Amino acid sequence: MLKQSLSGKRKNYGVLMKALMLLAVGCTAALVIFILVYVLVQGVPNINWELLSTKPSYLTERIGILPDILNTVYIVIATLFIVLPLGVGAAIYLTEYASNKKLVGIIEYAAETLAGIPSIIYGLVGMLLFSNSMGTCLMAGALTLVIMNLPTIMRTAQESLKTVPQSYREGAFGLGAGKWRVVRTVVLPGCVDGVVTGCILSVGRILGESAALLFTAGFAHAVNGIVDGLASPGATLTVALYVYAKEQGEFGVAFTIAAILMVLTVLINFAAALVQKHFAKRRSL
Amino acid sequence: MKRNQALEKVIHGVFLLLGLIAVGCVLLITVYLVISGIPAIREIGIIDFLFGREWASTAAEPKYGILPFILTSVYGTAGAIVIGVPVGFMTAVYISKLASFKVRAVMQSAVSLLAGIPSVVYGLVGMLVLVPGIRKIFDVPDGASLLAAIIVLAIMILPSIIKMSITALDAVPKEYEDASLALGATPIETYFKVSVPAAKSGIAAAVVLGVGRAIGEAMAVMMVAGNVPNMPTSLFQSVRFLTTAVSSEMAYSSGLQRQALFSIALVLFLFIMLINAALNFFLKREKE
Repeated sequence: MLKQSLSGKRKNYGVLMKALMLLAVGCTAALVIFILVYVLVQGVPNINWELLSTKPSYLTERIGILPDILNTVYIVIATLFIVLPLGVGAAIYLTEYASNKKLVGIIEYAAETLAGIPSIIYGLVGMLLFSNSMGTCLMAGALTLVIMNLPTIMRTAQESLKTVPQSYREGAFGLGAGKWRVVRTVVLPGCVDGVVTGCILSVGRILGESAALLFTAGFAHAVNGIVDGLASPGATLTVALYVYAKEQGEFGVAFTIAAILMVLTVLINFAAALVQKHFAKRRSL
Repeated sequence: MKRNQALEKVIHGVFLLLGLIAVGCVLLITVYLVISGIPAIREIGIIDFLFGREWASTAAEPKYGILPFILTSVYGTAGAIVIGVPVGFMTAVYISKLASFKVRAVMQSAVSLLAGIPSVVYGLVGMLVLVPGIRKIFDVPDGASLLAAIIVLAIMILPSIIKMSITALDAVPKEYEDASLALGATPIETYFKVSVPAAKSGIAAAVVLGVGRAIGEAMAVMMVAGNVPNMPTSLFQSVRFLTTAVSSEMAYSSGLQRQALFSIALVLFLFIMLINAALNFFLKREKE
């Protein structure tokens, strides 16, 4: 048997394309490693207990990021608390109740549109809608973030609702259960995985958000309880990073916050992957 | 029995309301932006506003021309696409078609990480690595420039492009590739001349998504672009984007200046709506 060899031109094409692909993959990988290592190397040495546990003080001229950490926690809690029922409810309407195809199309198109709007526009509209009526405060920021995260929760809840087998619903109906009872006892438990995934994604988005919060939640650094905190202006970690780096030139603190955010991002990605794996396994059983 | 039926109806209504919230939000945002954006455009005049070459909002005789911002946003986005799309596309083909299972898993989590990094962190690294780097390499007085913004944007759109292209490439039926291989094409030829054309709608959608991300990014660009309202005539000029034009003056603006900022947001919103429509068009075609 004769071994046929490729023409030179085709061989070169293959080599060239492979080289370009490897170059691109190398660039992407190097970029991720560089950003991760650079931020951690610059930021981690500055982390100490005093920085984490105090608020900034002009008297002693030191900077503490405790208020920013607390504000971030408050805004995450407040946002999820509001957006979860809204998003899951909307998803339930779309998969369980809606019979009008056109209406479903409109709602889904609206959710996609929301997902595509840049955060600076959310910040502006949030300022007009919420901050002008209730003042610049964390709650105004949280409400803005609710609109931003609504499509995420809707989509993940909807995806998991679609995996609840139709026969479960039919079985429940057959036993004489009403629609609401079926939704409550059969459908809702089925969308737990979607809600968990949606929560993780939303937390990641809230942690990284800055443009939408700058004009709605403000940038104060005061230590408050959750109730007072939500009613008063405050900077989250990302907003604080921006202010320290851009306005005050405090790059040491900025990198410390960046390092904390990086670690949280890695953890969130890890958690999302783990949750997905866990539920995929359970579903295949 | 009657009470049960009434209850069912009420609950149906509640869920309908929840379902309509997303629609309500879109309408609310649109209406608010139009109402607050129109007055300034009327006062300045739409031609002077959109095509005015000078922005001097705090001058004694204020000028509100946003052509520099529009052009900067367009050039910046185009530049980010020119750099980001080839890299993202090639990476996606490699991950989808050539990579071993393990490499694929590692690269996918790396891309997810890139997508999850907050934009201010990109801005910070850009400020301290990219900006001084550009100043030294090109020997210009200030590295905070259009070029720095383009590079940061190219990096930031990379994960969207890679992820969406992988989804499109993974969805290409295996039979197409098998047929091509059976006819004697090499694997590389098959991937680029059969799989990629088959996934072209999805890849187009990935590019459009990247455009949307790039044109909407505010904070990272704010930190590296220098933020001076110049006409973008060179890569090394300090420039201001549509997004940063809104955020940089919002804190201290008032009167007509503030209204003009809302008008800029309206222009940005129109751009985004166009991009969304294009995205939907390609996604629909991909599904078919």
